[in-house]
Amino acid sequence: MSKQHALVGQEAIEVKGWVGAHRFLLLRRASQFGFLLLFLLGPWFGIWIVKGTLAGSMTLDVLPLTDPLVLLQSLVAGYWPSLTALLGGGIVLATYALIGGRMYCSWVCPINPVTDAANWLHRKLGLPKGWQPKRNTRLWMLAGILIVSGITGTIAWEVVNPVTMLHRGLLFGMGFTWALVIAIFLLDTFVSRHGWCGHLCPVGAFYGAIGSKSLMRVSASARSACDDCMDCYAVCPENQVISPALKGKPGSSQLILAPDCTNCGRCIDVCAQDVFHFTHRFDERVAEPSDKTLAPESQTA
Amino acid sequence: MPAAGSPLSTERRRFLTETARAAGACAIAGSALAYLARDARALPAEALRPPGALPEDQFTSACIRCGLCVRDCPYDTLELADLGADGPATGTPFFTARNVPCEMCDDIPCVAACPTGALDPGLTNIDDAKMGVAVLVDQENCLNFQGLRCDVCYRVCPVIDEAISLEPLHNTRSGHHALFIPTVHADRCTGCGMCEKSCVLPEAAIKVLPARLARAEAADHYRKGWEEKDANGAPLVDGLIDLPDRLPGPGTDNLAAPGGFEPVFQLPEVAQ
Repeated sequence: MSKQHALVGQEAIEVKGWVGAHRFLLLRRASQFGFLLLFLLGPWFGIWIVKGTLAGSMTLDVLPLTDPLVLLQSLVAGYWPSLTALLGGGIVLATYALIGGRMYCSWVCPINPVTDAANWLHRKLGLPKGWQPKRNTRLWMLAGILIVSGITGTIAWEVVNPVTMLHRGLLFGMGFTWALVIAIFLLDTFVSRHGWCGHLCPVGAFYGAIGSKSLMRVSASARSACDDCMDCYAVCPENQVISPALKGKPGSSQLILAPDCTNCGRCIDVCAQDVFHFTHRFDERVAEPSDKTLAPESQTA
Repeated sequence: MPAAGSPLSTERRRFLTETARAAGACAIAGSALAYLARDARALPAEALRPPGALPEDQFTSACIRCGLCVRDCPYDTLELADLGADGPATGTPFFTARNVPCEMCDDIPCVAACPTGALDPGLTNIDDAKMGVAVLVDQENCLNFQGLRCDVCYRVCPVIDEAISLEPLHNTRSGHHALFIPTVHADRCTGCGMCEKSCVLPEAAIKVLPARLARAEAADHYRKGWEEKDANGAPLVDGLIDLPDRLPGPGTDNLAAPGGFEPVFQLPEVAQ
């Protein structure tokens, strides 16, 4: 995609420094590691702040959280869960509906570092895109797992779900989950660019759907400053979301409103022109190319 | 990029083709997943579910595999099934009695921890738990069956004398001792596995099995004559002559018993 560039993001590093050009990447890794550490503090050090796994947890013995997709499968399978689980699911649902469903993917999900590493290697090796199923394949997967849950009367996806399995594996013991993780790494490295998170994962599809009207958005508010370096397209795991905002007709919204956007903030990092920044979905302000005041630290996670 | 002249039909064709492809792929992947999900419902006999677990077919629709029951188990009895390494559906809680049995906590913390009700909060008295049923599976190796006074399974039972009792039986080997037979009473057995854990043999002679394997089921239409008679307060058929029962012992017409005599009535010889 960026044949003219020796390195994607090189220009941003020169302008903003390495840390400045990796700000959201570093924050994201800190967030992913932090969430994992919260869960690991108990079994490793006996500090029980959070118990359980991403499928269901209890924080400080008061805050229940439940994965709403697991709950939905349970409901489809014909079981009505207890109030604690429903409450936990409601809290998670409301949170992601507000901040952007796929924030889960890029800031929490333990598979994300795996697929990011795979994509990093994929880019280093200069491999072709490979197998690219349609982006909506994951919606079919989502429908599929719900249908199978209904038919078999089980929470079907949890039999193979690499997201909860890796998390549970790190906390309770891996078994053969490593094989699953390696399979996804190989898929994303050699078989299909952004294959898992970008095309197949039904968990991402579900979170994308619940956050489709979320408040927190990335805006290409300084899109007139874009110098067509294409670095944002190169790093974005869902780069089909960029064009409508960045290259839209004059007068069109410069907000990235597509539910596929994971709010990872890499586009903000790699843009030497500071075209992008985090804001809310009603912020239609257009920044002047040189206006640096509109790249505020509105990031909250 | 619709072809000139027939933009609609081309788009429609593409839409239909893509939908069919996606639906086909979805059906294949879904079938594989359904196979795995059905397969995961087969629970191995040695894996016992925590107290209050719903029946297995409901359990796999209710358990979200969060591990909160495992965390709140004070004796580290429970574990989550590892992918490919343990038998039960991946991530679901179970215990193996021979490794760590259930200590039957009065406050049942595992049930309290369950957010979904897969472990039924209706279980408030741990003595009512039904994790499985102990079965003395090997009479040939059980020490008590050989006339020894091992009694360990009986002694460690948290519901001693109710879930397991010792029933005396004549010891025909020595002729003048008793066998004390460990006898499980399934209606009181919680399936905690203390007996199996404590069995002194290298491989336990008493094992906790899931109820589906351990229990027979009486047919609904069976009626026990003596119970029906008691309920009726009188013989069920009028005018029955109650003949004396033939009992062993001296003075009866049973040659096999010491002091028995030849029956008065002889069965007629049957011509060969």
